[in-house]
Amino acid sequence: MSTDVAVTDRASPFERIAVNAILVVAVVYALYPVLWVISLAFSSGSEPELRAFPVPHNVSLDNFRIVTGWGDSARGWLFAKQLMNSLVVSLATAIMAVAIATPTAYALARHDFVGKRSGLRTLLLTQMFPGVASAVPLYLILDALHLLDTRTGLVLVYAATAVPFAIFQLRGAFLAIPVDLEEAAMVDGATRTQAFLKVALPAARPAIAVTALFAFMSAWNEFILAATLIGRESAFTLPVVLQSYVGEYNTSWGAFAAGAILVSVPVMALFYVAQRQLISGLTSGGVKG
Amino acid sequence: MPAMSEAQEHARGDVNASSTAADTPLPAADAAPARLRCSARGIKKSFGETSILKGVDLDIPEGSFAVLVGPSGCGKSTLLRLVAGLEQADSGTITLAGRDVTNLPPRDRDVAMVFQSYALYPHLTVRDNLKFGLELRGTPKAEIDKRLDEASTMLGLGPLLGRLPKQLSGGQRQRVAMGRAIVRRPTIFLFDEPLSNLDAALRAEVRVEIRRLHDRLEATTLYVTHDQVEAMTLADTLWVLNGGQVEQKGAPLEVYERPRTKFVATFLGSPKMTMLEGVLVREEGRFIAEGGGVRAIVDDDRFGTALEEGRQVTIGIRPHDLGLAKNGAAAVAELKVELVEALGSEAFAHGWLRAAGPSVVARLDADDARSVRAGSAIPLAVSPARVHLFDPKTGVALGL
Repeated sequence: MSTDVAVTDRASPFERIAVNAILVVAVVYALYPVLWVISLAFSSGSEPELRAFPVPHNVSLDNFRIVTGWGDSARGWLFAKQLMNSLVVSLATAIMAVAIATPTAYALARHDFVGKRSGLRTLLLTQMFPGVASAVPLYLILDALHLLDTRTGLVLVYAATAVPFAIFQLRGAFLAIPVDLEEAAMVDGATRTQAFLKVALPAARPAIAVTALFAFMSAWNEFILAATLIGRESAFTLPVVLQSYVGEYNTSWGAFAAGAILVSVPVMALFYVAQRQLISGLTSGGVKG
Repeated sequence: MPAMSEAQEHARGDVNASSTAADTPLPAADAAPARLRCSARGIKKSFGETSILKGVDLDIPEGSFAVLVGPSGCGKSTLLRLVAGLEQADSGTITLAGRDVTNLPPRDRDVAMVFQSYALYPHLTVRDNLKFGLELRGTPKAEIDKRLDEASTMLGLGPLLGRLPKQLSGGQRQRVAMGRAIVRRPTIFLFDEPLSNLDAALRAEVRVEIRRLHDRLEATTLYVTHDQVEAMTLADTLWVLNGGQVEQKGAPLEVYERPRTKFVATFLGSPKMTMLEGVLVREEGRFIAEGGGVRAIVDDDRFGTALEEGRQVTIGIRPHDLGLAKNGAAAVAELKVELVEALGSEAFAHGWLRAAGPSVVARLDADDARSVRAGSAIPLAVSPARVHLFDPKTGVALGL
């Protein structure tokens, strides 16, 4: 018996080597383009050299200096402003999406009312069309509202696309929370609102965090609408700035790579901070397993 | 409805007061007798087209342990939720401690409830779970601490206070759920099948603990279960629900020994009461119920004028009352044994009285069972006092 366990539990050295080899290949496959970007970003000179191993030649931070406008106060300020644009627009989108979607999703999960089914279907319908399809009408609307070239306009557009998705995601989360919990709270002395705020909301926290992160990321990465609705350089968000390094006649790959890294870092940091929330399981244990 | 009103008229003992109240409509809710902690009058409730409760009256005297029992879908949980205020009745009134609470939300009813799922707040520690209701009600901190101490001592929750629900075992969660109810000191404790998620051994243990806590706190309790062992062992008053109506109520043993309908007779008791179709015949001045392979003398005193020669009856005999005919006792039937289940202390013989008849179970002493083999035929005896008769059409017991 014990020998059986030893054989099945521990893979043979050959198996282990094989598994690790496959994993190494998978990691290289996934990271190779990323390594290329890093290599380009830290190399000086704008022309990429195609080599098997993406190792930077002439290691320097020149590309980062170009992108951030280091040492050039006018360009530096501009980049800072563009970074702020991205941060503010993405944060505002995330907050708006969650603030609107949370109570809506809760109502859709817990109450029956006239128009609930058709409302849900309509929400689903809006998800069928890519945001770009409405670029022209959105442009006209924002123009009429004098919101072109503004962060407010961009936030409104992003929130409009983020809210329906957030509603669906959060409705699923609220449906997964047993009604018993809120009923217990109401028997314990809570009003419906208190039961929502003190019990359902904390139980849905991981899902809300994920939803906010999704909204933030989609706004942070969005390019086409931003490029359409924003024409003023000081109002650009980072993806639009990034695109400007890939011109029709002249492409600065090094700066593009450095910019790509700068754009990725905040999202990676957010994931790192939020990972505890992402791994949900907060609801487990409150009711039977 | 005849079964129900008859049940109320004949309820005895502890339920006497409440049964009188049930038969006499109360003039006003606030005039309810002080002894009555909880009463419901004419409760009806439908979900869509489905009628769940069809006019139920319920009375629980102060300090009494009432158990609602019945098959799934009988409306027992709905009735409990109506008392809690988690559902609204279509008609009828609910009174708690003399106060009409029919239209009050749960928080204003002063009830505490233990859910089947325990419903512990997953993001709060055991301590905060216990405090939750008291803090919402603005109980002073010193009082909260005092009650928390009491409850955690009573239930042995001390070492668990800092833990989250997910770090507790099933039995511990159950105790926390009870603790959360106890600290509230409510008008009435409501239990919704609180033991159904525990394993068998723990269930027996917690069952005893619930009854012990009830006796110690003198807590008025309404307890819902489909488990007849829980119902029999816990209840002061048993309310058997079927199809949205109270089929019978009374002290557990009384309901067990004198079931008023075929439904109650077969619902309570395991293995189930055997039901055989037969007819009454009169021999040598005594009435005998005959049918399905059984010829059993019946209790003249019990059935009285209901006994008429030639009357069609359903004969009901509990397996526990049907035993081996020994020491010259007259055999009422002969069982063709199909198989014997030996449980150690006793045994059950399954078989037929007649080739085409229903399967019948008889209880044997462990020693007698040793000599009984599958395929053999054994003589069975039953005491006349243990023979139940029902009207085949209405299903109502004779001799009420």
